[in-house]
Amino acid sequence: MARRQINPNRMELLRLKKQLVTARRGHKLLKDKRDELMRQFLDKIKVNQQLRLRVEKLLAAANREMILARAVMQPAVLETALLTGRESLTLGIDSQNIMSVHVPLFDATFESSGMSENLPYGLATVGGELDQAISALMEAFPVMIELAEVEKTAQLLADEIEKTRRRVNSLEYILIPELMENIRSITMKMDENERGNLTRLMKVKDMIVEQAIQEARRRDQAAAAQEPAGV
Amino acid sequence: MYQVGVIGDRDSVIGFKALGMTVREAESGEKAAELIRQMASDKFAVIYITEPLAEENQTLIQVLRQQPLPAIVPIPSITGSTGLGMRQVKESVRKAVGIDLFDSAESSADE
Repeated sequence: MARRQINPNRMELLRLKKQLVTARRGHKLLKDKRDELMRQFLDKIKVNQQLRLRVEKLLAAANREMILARAVMQPAVLETALLTGRESLTLGIDSQNIMSVHVPLFDATFESSGMSENLPYGLATVGGELDQAISALMEAFPVMIELAEVEKTAQLLADEIEKTRRRVNSLEYILIPELMENIRSITMKMDENERGNLTRLMKVKDMIVEQAIQEARRRDQAAAAQEPAGV
Repeated sequence: MYQVGVIGDRDSVIGFKALGMTVREAESGEKAAELIRQMASDKFAVIYITEPLAEENQTLIQVLRQQPLPAIVPIPSITGSTGLGMRQVKESVRKAVGIDLFDSAESSADE
């Protein structure tokens, strides 16, 4: 299955053998990487699943409260209550390196403190239902940030695992067998050349010996012919 | 410093304003796509998007999935969860393991 023409010589053979050693080592390393990534991933994905369930439950509860709040309040009042400024939320980003996959770590901070207790609107015009809704959302919020972090990590790991697995497979099932096949065909070709050379040498030697024998015979005959004439 | 964005229909996302997140309303998939692109190129670390809108923008989300930031997280809208978020988790598992681990774990649990 040698797909391309290879020159059956020693230099090529050495080159291929070196390549095979490198490929084997790369294969082993990548396999180890894949296994470790997989271990990390399985930890994360379990957490991810649990967090997602929790967020969905918390948000469903918050949404129920919100529906209630909207039902009892004038839409315009609600709008203005929510529009009036809350200090904007910012995220601190750190990154973590898992097997050379860079994953983000989120750290939520509010620019001015006092996130809890303080609702971002005046209490005079707004009913208690909205308070409930907002506090439900506040409860959901840290879990949501955690979910974002874990889910992103799991996704990045999954992509990396897929990539690594492809590399491992292509080394294992394509590159390494191909190299071995090429090495085999070169060795066989060289053995064949060697045998051909040997038989050729033997043949040549036979011919030389044959010539020598005939030469000797001719000389003997000539001597035999000359002898009686001389006596 | 990075910001947190929320994209969704008005009813689903209005409450997040009170938490200081940047809320953008989108009624259609195209509008949401535009907002996602805008936020992704801006300094947004996390974008929460309601599941129905996420569903319409799967290809865009798949592209952004490979970048470290932003994290795009589907959340249930006010009409309830469509299960997209969970499906995405399973999709990750399938990608990494090659098979759906959680499904097979359930079926092999009673063996």
